[in-house]
Amino acid sequence: MTFAILEQADIWRLFATGLRLTAELFVFAAILGFGFGAALTALRQSNRWAAPLVIGFVEYHRNVPSLVQLLVWYFAVPQVLPAILRGWIEQNLDGFVFAIVALSLNAAAYISEDLRSGFRTLPKGQFEATEALGLSRFQALRLVLLPQAVRACFPALVSQTLSLFKATTLAMAIGVGELMYVARRIDGQTYATFAAFLVPTIMYLCCTLAIMFGGERMQRRLVATGADSR
Amino acid sequence: MIDILSRFGTSLLIGQFPHGPLGGIALTVVMSAVALLCAFPFAVGVAMARTSPIAAVRRLAAVYVYFVRGVPLLLLIFWAYFVVPLVTGVGTSATVTVICALVAYEGAYLGEAIRGALEALPRGQVEASRSLGLGYWSTSTYVVLPQVLVSCLPSMVNQFIILVKDTSLASLVGVHELTFSANQINAQLLTQPLEVYALLAAAYFVLCFALSRLSQFLESKIARIRSGSTGSAAVVAIAEAI
Repeated sequence: MTFAILEQADIWRLFATGLRLTAELFVFAAILGFGFGAALTALRQSNRWAAPLVIGFVEYHRNVPSLVQLLVWYFAVPQVLPAILRGWIEQNLDGFVFAIVALSLNAAAYISEDLRSGFRTLPKGQFEATEALGLSRFQALRLVLLPQAVRACFPALVSQTLSLFKATTLAMAIGVGELMYVARRIDGQTYATFAAFLVPTIMYLCCTLAIMFGGERMQRRLVATGADSR
Repeated sequence: MIDILSRFGTSLLIGQFPHGPLGGIALTVVMSAVALLCAFPFAVGVAMARTSPIAAVRRLAAVYVYFVRGVPLLLLIFWAYFVVPLVTGVGTSATVTVICALVAYEGAYLGEAIRGALEALPRGQVEASRSLGLGYWSTSTYVVLPQVLVSCLPSMVNQFIILVKDTSLASLVGVHELTFSANQINAQLLTQPLEVYALLAAAYFVLCFALSRLSQFLESKIARIRSGSTGSAAVVAIAEAI
């Protein structure tokens, strides 16, 4: 157990770049995942023909390991594209983009299911009341239905966010230099295994505990304001 | 796709088994099953510690659960590589190391599932048992756990699905399970990644989808038994169902 490597500034720079890439993967994938997840829920509710497609999409992402989904995107999908597009992809896109695509689609599948179960908790009267009040469908969704549905499934959404953050480590499999990749490289080069993994462990724990406890706090606030929401 | 299956089908299924180590789907399933079996008693322990009457035990278990939930599984696997040889004093194979990491991981997640069921049990069960003169351990073994563990059965199957998917991470540390076999075949063929990875995804899909249906079936069966009859009849029916 040697901590001598932690006195080198280079090592800390490496950890910092790894952490930055992890954060970028997480933020991009989370934004896309939530947006796409909400779109999937809307599609499944509103369009009879799209529903089986959405179900298939969700079942694929639920029953295949995230790592395999990532490998499919990185190795297999470019092969089905036309040659011109493939050449452009090979020159311009790296594992980072594929990782974001795979992680966000995976998160979207789970998030859409959570949102759907959130909507299912709403009594039918809520929707009928918005119609009786003359609200448009969009207004009804934004002002009445969505706030209640999100409250109902909020803990599940927090745990999806947590899973997504932890899943960014899988990107190392396709050569993205995020925190886990960096840790492994430092371990391989310096053989200071304990230090090389202790630092990322602390970094990951800080982030995940922030998500967990932040989520719990927000949950309490949502419940407190739920009674008199506008 | 057919030609890949006919050339590499057995290596995807069982690796080089009769002539070498087990691999492919067989190793994936064996690893998941062994991990679940080893994790189960551990998870029961974690769940009981989380609901223990002793505050220090509760807190220790909570720290463990938060640690495991807060750390990516891949990092846990790398830690196992470092810690397991230190603790046991012997060098273990990659497969055993990954199983150890999965047990530590499942102990927390399955433990939380069991804790949920423990807390859902009506207080009267424990109170009645204690007033009959049974101690903490007798109450746990004869009254609480038999009821709780039956209702955990569907979530056990769900945890098995999660384990099957999580063993794919073992390919990153060189365990020759399903994903590793597919990566190897892809490296050999070079020109057919679509077919290879479609097969890989399909293999996992079939396995996990079938298991998820099993879990739904068990859930509805247990719910039916619980609602349909009461008292000792329910216990007999549940025993028959299993």
